[in-house]
Amino acid sequence: MNESVESVRAADAIAIERTLAGDRDAFRVLVERHSATIFRLAYRLTGNHHDAEEIVQEAFLRAYQKLEQFASQANFATWVYRIAANYTIDRMRQRKQEDARKQAPSAEMTEDVEQDPLGQIPDAAPTPERLTQSVELRRQMENALNSLTPAERIAFVMRHCDGCGIEEIAAALKSNSGAAKNTVFRAVHKLREMLEPQLAPRAMARAMGTES
Amino acid sequence: MKHLSEEQLIAYQDGETAERDTAAAHINSCAECQAELNRLAEMLAAYQALPVPDPGEDYGRRVWQQIAPRLQEKRSHWWQVFLEPRRLTAAGLVAALLLVAFLAGRVSKPVDHGDAALTAKQVRQRVLLLAVGEHLGRSEMVLMEIANAEPEGASMKQVNLSSQWRRAEELLEENRLYRQTALQEGDTGIANVLDELERVLLDVAHSPGNVTPAQFKSIRQRIDDDGLLFKVRVLTKEIERRENIGKKGPAESGSAKVERNNQA
Repeated sequence: MNESVESVRAADAIAIERTLAGDRDAFRVLVERHSATIFRLAYRLTGNHHDAEEIVQEAFLRAYQKLEQFASQANFATWVYRIAANYTIDRMRQRKQEDARKQAPSAEMTEDVEQDPLGQIPDAAPTPERLTQSVELRRQMENALNSLTPAERIAFVMRHCDGCGIEEIAAALKSNSGAAKNTVFRAVHKLREMLEPQLAPRAMARAMGTES
Repeated sequence: MKHLSEEQLIAYQDGETAERDTAAAHINSCAECQAELNRLAEMLAAYQALPVPDPGEDYGRRVWQQIAPRLQEKRSHWWQVFLEPRRLTAAGLVAALLLVAFLAGRVSKPVDHGDAALTAKQVRQRVLLLAVGEHLGRSEMVLMEIANAEPEGASMKQVNLSSQWRRAEELLEENRLYRQTALQEGDTGIANVLDELERVLLDVAHSPGNVTPAQFKSIRQRIDDDGLLFKVRVLTKEIERRENIGKKGPAESGSAKVERNNQA
């Protein structure tokens, strides 16, 4: 049975109220209901299962700690999603700075192998040829995503994968809607530029198996 | 002919309304811009289709197990929350719910701020009814599946309740929250049915995935003896009725009908 938006929000309201009243286990209902959504966001942002799991845990820990501030918010799902996005952007920026400081050439050579999430995902493509082609294209798409700044990647994923509104993206980026819109545009522009050489018309959709 | 800029194409693809008709007219008459738009749409669709691993059905439970030891209990007690309107933590959400209902035409007039205390109680009741109504629907499905389950396998010595076991565990925590909230709201009709439901959910949640016919019989006996499936259905109907009344006018304060049915 699908839960209606209203009934989910009602159930969340009761769980939040009970949690704040000192019933710690009531928070479990919120964690169980919303973890998978936050995992999907975190995975799209990092491309890494382990990082995504850490982000989910941290997002809920922060949500619990800040739950008293929730009263003015309308939707717990949106609120915890924003906490996860905020935390991820800080974490990604910090990692980029650390990487820049290290500047180890040997690490660069193995980076693709270590960070490529595609190796962990079983591919449903039916033939080895198609598998190779598809995996290669996905790798290029992932590399293109990795080359975006943290803000661009978050703005792109929120807008074009999760269908978030510009205002929501602006809140996650702690900026205004004009700047958020520009960030989304810049991300799409960069991805197009990087993938252009590989993109014959319709090739991408065929390789991803999304062509009807 | 001047082609659309990349920014204009992206804005068009994104569903922006500014100068949309002009852009659409150009795209319809320009094969080059049409092709560009298709390529953009295909790239975005490919990104949407990038696979995300399924974390598993019990992922939420695993996250909870990992973070629970790190959560310190909030210090306030329930009576402080319920007696202090400013700390009614769900108030913001409740107000939003009411606004949603109002905008959707579910309530006929906006909140009368002169009678805020009564309104808050009505909205709290509506929140509880919404949550419990949905919860009962899911619980009824689990109970129905148990009622229809049969021993399986060559020896017919096991009944597989693994799917019901997992869902019962999820429902159990919600059930406890709604039962306690109903009690605090003075809604004993709802609280009593949830109390009986909780005992069965507890039985199922504490059973292994596969139970022996004797264990299965005991669980089913409890459902049958309490007439639980019937009570859940009656309460569901009663909640629907009260929700309908709530949409038309002030919410009812009690659930005497359910109590009568419980006593029957």
